[in-house]
Amino acid sequence: MMMPAEKSDNLFCSLAGLVDERKTSTTVDSDPSKQAVKISVRNLNFFYGHHQALFDNTIDLFANQVTAIIGPSGCGKSTHIRTYNRIFELYRNQKAQGQILLDGEDVLSPEMNLIDLRKRVGMIFQKPSPFPMTIFENVAYGLRLHYRIGRNELADRVEMALKRSALWDEVQDKLDRPGTELSGGQQQRLCIARAIAVEPEVLLMDEPSSAIDPVATAKIEDLIEALKEKYTIVLVTHNMQQAARVSDYTAFFYNGSIVEFGRTEQIFKKPAMKQTEDYITGRFG
Amino acid sequence: MKPRSNWTRRSINFMVMAVSTLSSFIGIAVLVWVLYEIIYRGIGAFNWDFFTKLPTPPGVEGGGLANAILGTVVITALATLIGVPIGLFAGVFLAEFGLRSKLSGPVRFVSNILMGTPSIIIGVFVYAMLVVTVRHFSGYAGAVALAIIMIPLVARTTEDMLNLVPDTLRESALALGVPRWKTTLDIVFKAAKKGLLTGSLLAVARVSGETAPLLFTALNSPYWPGWLNKPTGNLTVTIYNYAMSPYTDWQQMAWGASLLITLGVLFLTLCARFLLQEKK
Repeated sequence: MMMPAEKSDNLFCSLAGLVDERKTSTTVDSDPSKQAVKISVRNLNFFYGHHQALFDNTIDLFANQVTAIIGPSGCGKSTHIRTYNRIFELYRNQKAQGQILLDGEDVLSPEMNLIDLRKRVGMIFQKPSPFPMTIFENVAYGLRLHYRIGRNELADRVEMALKRSALWDEVQDKLDRPGTELSGGQQQRLCIARAIAVEPEVLLMDEPSSAIDPVATAKIEDLIEALKEKYTIVLVTHNMQQAARVSDYTAFFYNGSIVEFGRTEQIFKKPAMKQTEDYITGRFG
Repeated sequence: MKPRSNWTRRSINFMVMAVSTLSSFIGIAVLVWVLYEIIYRGIGAFNWDFFTKLPTPPGVEGGGLANAILGTVVITALATLIGVPIGLFAGVFLAEFGLRSKLSGPVRFVSNILMGTPSIIIGVFVYAMLVVTVRHFSGYAGAVALAIIMIPLVARTTEDMLNLVPDTLRESALALGVPRWKTTLDIVFKAAKKGLLTGSLLAVARVSGETAPLLFTALNSPYWPGWLNKPTGNLTVTIYNYAMSPYTDWQQMAWGASLLITLGVLFLTLCARFLLQEKK
């Protein structure tokens, strides 16, 4: 794992203690560039009841980069990112072990304030799920929840979020219509607006375009490109072209383990592992 | 092996069809007959006095059931105020918070049993709790009895309706940093609003026709309900008393009361229907 030491020292003091553990982490064979680590996962194991779904996942996600997570269905991609905001805790019998550091703070620690964590780590789901409210309220809801905010500023921020998610032009005349009236692609962009309105630091996207049409998908991909200026993005995708198009880094998951992690060009052009190559060339999965 | 004869197959098919058609016709015929009798005999009792005057002794002209109408409305409203919130939150517990709890199984089981308990037993129970202890019948006791009948009904429909809300909606709310209680009350409730309202309406419709629990609690009275702290007039027990009486004018009143209750329940059920249909 390549990580510039001086960065890790001044930005994330607590990462210093992890230097030793780095030996055990998945090798990244490139890019010693000046990127800061935003999320650092160490030996993450995940269980559905007695069934273990993730095995010793160790990975570093760089700030303001798009990291794509690819792999066949059921390999643990979604399970993996669902630990970053601890959303899995909604369900009985699911538990995560190991360490996930967000700017050096342990996400899985019981002291972690979940509401604060989820404000910092936003999430977009596979199925667009607008709240049963108006378009405006969908975006305003999270803002009101996390900030004390006046009416004018609220309106401004809602507009800004809708513009950044490339939806404003399509909805500006019908902000008081229910969010559920929009098309699937628009709903998904509404969900993105809702997530970015509260100014998160990390945006988790769990197959955000698998349920929508190609035109809307293209819009969302453009959006991801634009959003990485401000956010660290983790994108789970089934679509390898999509991963190749929009991501800077790619992690290949197989059977709950991270087989390979590296720069996207490297993963797609000269993968180090046979399994990765087989998957990318379509020999399985 | 000989193939089964086509004739046998067809005749069995015909028989099953005939029996089920006949059964449904019998069911509908009885219902139509009851409705016809109630409307035919009850409509004559409807006049201005029926809705505005207090009852008169048998043989005295005029008089109405205004006190019983008001009593039924007030007792049912109070029962709704007590029963619906408790039922609603019990349903929330079962569907949302009880997932990790060992308590939810027993709660669901007890609630099912309570739902199947004959309403007269609830009446006797409340009689022992709230009538014997204060030594007089009261409208409050009636409202409590009806509320107890409503709780499991509302809890059950609430649980079902909340379970219909997809988990993705809960996840997206929680992922935005919405606390669990706010997710339930602000977002899941909003998504299930019509279903919850329908369930509550049907529970109200169900208890508004109950007689046995009121017989032991609110009893009946020919006076205005007042503060409900004494025997309180209500339509169902009035029907019971008047229909059993030998006086034709009282019997006429009982028919009118029956029609009124039937119309009320019909109205509530139609509201519920309408709400559910609008849902899609």
